Amino acid sequence: MNNRKELIQEISGVNPYKCMKCGKCSATCPSFAEMDIKPHQFVSYVLNDDVETLANSKSLWKCLSCFACVERCPRDVKPGKLIDAVRQTVIRQKDADYLRPDDIPELAAEDVPQQLLVSAFRRYRR
Amino acid sequence: MKYSYYPGCTLKNKAVDLDRYGRESAKALGFELEEIENWQCCGGVYPLGADEIASKLSSVRALVDARDKGQDVVTLCSACHHVLKRVNDDMKNVEDIRTRANNYMALDTPYEGETKVLHFLEVLRDEIGFSELKKKVTNPLKGKKIGAYYGCLLLRPGKVMAFDNPENPTIIEDFIRAIGAEPVIYPYRNECCGGYISLKEKEHAKNLCTDICQSAKGFGADMLITACPLCMYNLNKSGNDIPVYYFTELLAEALGLKEGSCDE
Repeated sequence: MNNRKELIQEISGVNPYKCMKCGKCSATCPSFAEMDIKPHQFVSYVLNDDVETLANSKSLWKCLSCFACVERCPRDVKPGKLIDAVRQTVIRQKDADYLRPDDIPELAAEDVPQQLLVSAFRRYRR
Repeated sequence: MKYSYYPGCTLKNKAVDLDRYGRESAKALGFELEEIENWQCCGGVYPLGADEIASKLSSVRALVDARDKGQDVVTLCSACHHVLKRVNDDMKNVEDIRTRANNYMALDTPYEGETKVLHFLEVLRDEIGFSELKKKVTNPLKGKKIGAYYGCLLLRPGKVMAFDNPENPTIIEDFIRAIGAEPVIYPYRNECCGGYISLKEKEHAKNLCTDICQSAKGFGADMLITACPLCMYNLNKSGNDIPVYYFTELLAEALGLKEGSCDE
């Protein structure tokens, strides 16, 4: 999965070259502690064309899409959109869903709101 | 005043109180929520990919339906509101998405983001006015110390949502004052509850919600209010002993439409 930089830029609509590496995205990320590659590092990996590492990272599935990094980036780089774009390149492949309908009975209690199921499917599955 | 109402999947099922008390309160305040016929699920989260079209069409259909009736769209659920507002912004400002969605929809009149998308709270603030709301309160919720839990979906990204100041919002606090209670401002009110992460990573969501609940309690809140069924679920599942209500439950109580008090 090399030379994916252009594809990531296309899907995300993000220009990673604008990043000045201030780290504000990582400082504000509620999933920071859970991530193996931090939001500001995500931008660098894309710039270095190492999307393969990102595609295999835990971080991909830790992002909450809460847009804290998007809101607070002083350069409008939108790291959260980059993370989602890498996630898209993974789940758009055959049999690469991170969540399958068969997983649901074990994961979800009866009181689970529909909103949780549709949201998770949209983020984790093509 | 009549609005096109987009309830969304959860308000028909697990979040009936958010829906029911919202509708009843609207009636008492003199506006009508006319449900969009055959609305389709918004998908819960906004599709972030710039090349995503199909997943935005359910929102476009609701927006077109409202435009054709000459009505604004009102939502009660934070997530529906987020998705509809952002898709509408795409249809208005992103030429590629507008062109491709319209090519697919093949409408008599192409849709270009004409519909105004309002959250119920925005109707209260901008169309009714909190001072007017205050006049209609028959049962002021005196002595209740309420923490507004905004979460992320109503506020961010601030430029598109244009709901309130994304870092220092006041709309729900103003709402709380209008219904006669006391707002408690606490640092975690616009932090994320974990959202969809709670399906696969329950511990992670629990930790985030514990920070939120402890922050609110530490600043003196007796209860939290939210407009989001998923925030409500995650906060309740975290096992912290602070009750969480939909803002419409307290609104209905203040308007004298609800028997008994939320915290009795």
